[in-house]
Amino acid sequence: MSDAENSPPTEPTERRAQPGESSFDSAFEPVSVFGDESTMDLRPGADNCYKCSVCDTTCPVAAVDDDFPGPKFQGPEQWRLKRKEGSEIDDSIMSCSNCMRCDDACPSSVPLSQMHNTARGEYVDEQMDTLSIEYLRNRILANYRTSAWIASKVPRIANFAMNFGPGRWLMEKAMGVTNEREFPAFATQTFRAWWGERGGADASRQNAREARERRGDPVDAEKKVAYFHGCYSNYNTPEVAKALVRVFESFGYEIVAPEQRCSGTPMFANGMLADAERAAEVNVSSFSDLVEQGYDAVASCTSCSMAIKQEYPELFDIDGIDDVAANTFEALEYLRIQEDLEAEIAEASVDEQSFAYHAPCHARNQGLDRQALELFRGLDGVAVEDVGDSCSGISGTYGWKAEKYETSMKIGEDMFEHMHDAAGDVGMTECPTCAMQMEHGTGYEIKHPLQLLEEALC
Amino acid sequence: MAIREDVLVVGGGIAGVTAALAAAESGAQVRLLSHKKSTLRQASGLIDVLGAIGGVAPIADPFAAVDDLPDGHPYRVVGADAIRDGLDLFDGAVGDAYAGAHTDRNALVLTHGGTIKPTARYPKSVAPGLASVEKRTLLVGFAGLTDFDAPTAAAHLGAAGVPFDIDGATVPFPVEFRDDALTTRFAKALDGDESNARTRLVEAVAEELDGHERVGFPAMLGDQNESTVRAELEDRLGAAVFEIPTGPPSLLGLRLEDLLYDALDEAGVRISSGNPAVSYEASDRRIDAVLVDQRGREVPYGAEEFVLATGGLVGKGIDSDRESVTEPIFGCHIPHPADRYEWSEREAFGAHAFARFGVVPDGDLRPVDESGGNEFENLRAAGGVLGGADTAREKSAAGVSLATGAYAGRRAGEEATQ
Repeated sequence: MSDAENSPPTEPTERRAQPGESSFDSAFEPVSVFGDESTMDLRPGADNCYKCSVCDTTCPVAAVDDDFPGPKFQGPEQWRLKRKEGSEIDDSIMSCSNCMRCDDACPSSVPLSQMHNTARGEYVDEQMDTLSIEYLRNRILANYRTSAWIASKVPRIANFAMNFGPGRWLMEKAMGVTNEREFPAFATQTFRAWWGERGGADASRQNAREARERRGDPVDAEKKVAYFHGCYSNYNTPEVAKALVRVFESFGYEIVAPEQRCSGTPMFANGMLADAERAAEVNVSSFSDLVEQGYDAVASCTSCSMAIKQEYPELFDIDGIDDVAANTFEALEYLRIQEDLEAEIAEASVDEQSFAYHAPCHARNQGLDRQALELFRGLDGVAVEDVGDSCSGISGTYGWKAEKYETSMKIGEDMFEHMHDAAGDVGMTECPTCAMQMEHGTGYEIKHPLQLLEEALC
Repeated sequence: MAIREDVLVVGGGIAGVTAALAAAESGAQVRLLSHKKSTLRQASGLIDVLGAIGGVAPIADPFAAVDDLPDGHPYRVVGADAIRDGLDLFDGAVGDAYAGAHTDRNALVLTHGGTIKPTARYPKSVAPGLASVEKRTLLVGFAGLTDFDAPTAAAHLGAAGVPFDIDGATVPFPVEFRDDALTTRFAKALDGDESNARTRLVEAVAEELDGHERVGFPAMLGDQNESTVRAELEDRLGAAVFEIPTGPPSLLGLRLEDLLYDALDEAGVRISSGNPAVSYEASDRRIDAVLVDQRGREVPYGAEEFVLATGGLVGKGIDSDRESVTEPIFGCHIPHPADRYEWSEREAFGAHAFARFGVVPDGDLRPVDESGGNEFENLRAAGGVLGGADTAREKSAAGVSLATGAYAGRRAGEEATQ
């Protein structure tokens, strides 16, 4: 379990001035008496908060749910209340959708989402009845990969069964999974099956080498990436993963697709930190070997890259975790850093098409919310329109919960409206669950920026 | 290096935005880097140029007073023309959402603390409430809203001798929220006219009106539809309606942020926000790139010319510990007494030395090192990171940002496109 379980020191622990000793004569350093660096001490987070409440105004849940006390309460205030023995975490923590927008809003660098994640983990571990339907439902939703893995064995049957009316009615009544949404279809062939059939890393090495020759790059250039495809582009949208493979290979990158589990994003959001840590251990172990060999990790889902870059090092202490975090990139982010993508795009053109683009909250928090717009502005034939800075409202598993469905759709209202107003009737986003919400609210087909990049460059 | 523009502006506040707009006017390709969401939502939304010198307020004409400022003040470096240039850029960016451009003289705005603030530009919704307009005034607060107590604010203003009768009343907000509801929640309820909020607010205020000719509300009369809300209230109350700037989170600040960022988009400025600039690469006293920490990896953002607009001590453009004061990205020289007990005065609102800490510019706003030579040839500084001004005491923060942002941005654009 994470350091979150070791209760942070709340008393000055070291270097107290002794009676009779002047504090100025000793090595007493009054500004750093709290905590040592081996435990997760969130006190500085609580102390840095000066109550400006700007986080609350950027919280999409608080904007539509008058009863939700907002990130300032969930983070610094709750942390402080918890210092009192016997106090419990308020159950409103389960209404936080983990969009992490508050992190980006705080002018004082309070680690809000880290505080929320630890509070939620503690709530689930210590206050939630593990025999309750809610716990069971959340656990199943958080471990989407397990369900998807089973479904991928029989995708056609699964696609029928998962959207079978009476079954869905029962799922809502018995499990609290909303009946309003249609389950996303499982691909008849997973990305990994396709990848294996195609020849895996060996084929990729060959393709990359040919591309480097064609491009006039040094044939033995060290261009190697390890792909974190995550669950969704493996089981549901392999076309996104394939687009990544083809785009990266066309720039001369050799790709490997190492063993991996869920990034942990849905587990964080459901307070299932032990599940998340188990998944993180597999991912870190598998990617840290590759990072040592000079690979960079790339992800096509902005929540996956967010989890690895920020939540892993914030919440877990696993060997190699910092190196993996520092060497993980979102796919487009990576290409923009390494390649002159702008020049390549300027020379390309595609059939005329218009997109309504939504920046996922987790892309926003990594500073990536404008990159697709900026890039495709230079692509001949394409108009990409931003549908504003609101949250889509689904936040992964959040919008799938019957009791959260209405909140989720209320949050999404702004985005739906702007999508309808935009010229294009195809949506675009990096996040698979934002894509679900966009489709659910408008009926539009939704593409990933990598798919347009593939069309332009491959 | 793949990410490269002509001009890179570091900082997303008023100075950074102004520098980016000024640089873009020269035809340069500009990128603005901002660590977090803009701190404008913390700001009042007022654009102060110069309200006080040496604690003496109010200054009637800030332009005429520039020469009274001490040597080394940013206004003395760039001159009154740069202030005008900055204000012109601002006026162009916000269009008719702001007032005050018709005169050089300061307007006097009522604040939510019951004081009077001299300012150069103010949102249109604030305009009907100026202290110079002699009309019987009613301030209205909402029950449960802790940040603004209308009777207290009115009593303060009355005691300060405003040239009109002023009273305060507290009414229940027509939609019921939990006790510490967000200011944005009030605004949204009026925006969307939830549960006939506007009608019911009019009814509640009408009972208190009693011949007052204008009514001031805390600035939360809508977000997107503020002008519609205000027009409807004016029409139905038969009195002028104005907004009173509030503390954070400030709707006027949020609206200003939207206006300025829309102007950046329109000017074709690229924006990267969410990661901090932490260091740089340079050769021969020229900066090649600023390094941005993208969650553990330092990514170079290249440019020909750079503008440092990261703010002061509060904005984290200037860092300090118990030993020294530093500029954390480029390590620019910041003069300060070695003994930290000389950094502050005993009085809380005294003329603290720390308030004037900042980088020292040459005549071209390029930071200089200890010996007076340029730190870098292609780096200019703007806004709060510049030393020499006590912007809180002078009420000059926005003006210093506008004037130096406009100057630094223009010069950077000229140099980059030469």
